Amino acid sequence: MAFGEVGTALSKIKSPAVNLADTFAFSGTVTGFTKTPLTLLSTFTSDGSDATASFTSGIDSTYKEYLFVLNDIHPQTDGAVFEFQASTNTGSSYGVTATTTCFDVVGDEANENQNLGYRTGSDLAQSTNFINLNRNSGGDNDQASSGVIRLYNPSSTTFVKHFTSRVIGNWAANGSFDTFTAGYFNTTSAVDAVQFKFASGEIQGGTISVFGVA
Amino acid sequence: MALSKFKPASFDLTDNYAFTGTTTGVTDTNQLVLIKTLTASSSNTLSFVNGASSVVLDATYKTYLFKFIDIHPATNNVDFVINYTTDGTNFNVTQTSSMFAAGHSEDNSATLLEYRAGADVAQGTNPQVAENLGNGNDECFSGELFLFNPSSTTFVKRWQGNTATYNQANYSLNHFSAGYANTTSAVTGVEFKMSSGNIDLGTIKLYGIL
Repeated sequence: MAFGEVGTALSKIKSPAVNLADTFAFSGTVTGFTKTPLTLLSTFTSDGSDATASFTSGIDSTYKEYLFVLNDIHPQTDGAVFEFQASTNTGSSYGVTATTTCFDVVGDEANENQNLGYRTGSDLAQSTNFINLNRNSGGDNDQASSGVIRLYNPSSTTFVKHFTSRVIGNWAANGSFDTFTAGYFNTTSAVDAVQFKFASGEIQGGTISVFGVA
Repeated sequence: MALSKFKPASFDLTDNYAFTGTTTGVTDTNQLVLIKTLTASSSNTLSFVNGASSVVLDATYKTYLFKFIDIHPATNNVDFVINYTTDGTNFNVTQTSSMFAAGHSEDNSATLLEYRAGADVAQGTNPQVAENLGNGNDECFSGELFLFNPSSTTFVKRWQGNTATYNQANYSLNHFSAGYANTTSAVTGVEFKMSSGNIDLGTIKLYGIL
């Protein structure tokens, strides 16, 4: 055996013989570790003037659940509605028929308005319109929206595609705006892309990360 | 000179390395641990019992998370319910629960945001996590449920669920259920079933949260 080839003769390497301060870039398969169920697939970071935020890859049968985490989504237009839709053609078009529900809880800084209610203007009934994730996004410099959206089994060709969403934002009139949206994309085709945008104006700040949940 | 240190170039980095020892010096960032996945196939119940079939449901984790993926009932217009056991066999722990829901019909004729009195229990069993499920070929529900500190012998065991449902009357329903298993004994198992008929298809995953 040539020196430098660690193979048949030398079968055990004890830990003191390994320089653990070095970098080891394995390209093989390491087993014996617990695999994290949450895998970051991609992150959209606004450049300050984005018409849309689209995820056109990575949404497939690899995971049964996809988790979108919205952080500090800031609108160009004060009071704009933040919304999303899905695609069955890898993002060539967005507008899958959906039926959704929406309710929200509002409390203002002046402590004058508190309300919990169903929002008929923010739901969809077998519509291909974009789905409201809130009713009103404050556009002041310190105002934005954050939240979590779960999309279940988008690659199914048997069932409709369910999602749930909870987005906390700042009401343009200065208050807390907690919005619960849920529903299904009423298609048995695989959903393979998702797009976010404001109903008017640009996305002028924030990040959206999508995770696969194993 | 003695061979005292192996550099990276000494390793075949395309090989497979199966570690069975303990790796220290690395912060464990994996705070969500997949414990068990069950897949329904005309199943009467789907159960997770500590110590059975590699299930962990004890003091290892303070919080457990169940994920429901495309749960499809065999029978139309049935409810999906949850029950707990303290002995691993009898899923009969007394519970008190609540449920409210937002709903919207596909024909846009009706909406709702209301307490669902028929879905709760008061010192009973079989509280609903999702209701009025449809068994049409493309109908199902998905969602999640947190169970907090089931191994406590001091407190009752609280849980909260959120599901999105395509129901039997062609409504989108967003259910929010919550409650507690009213026992100070450790809960060691959880059972899911339909109020009538089998769980035809679907996947339930159990995670532990560190």
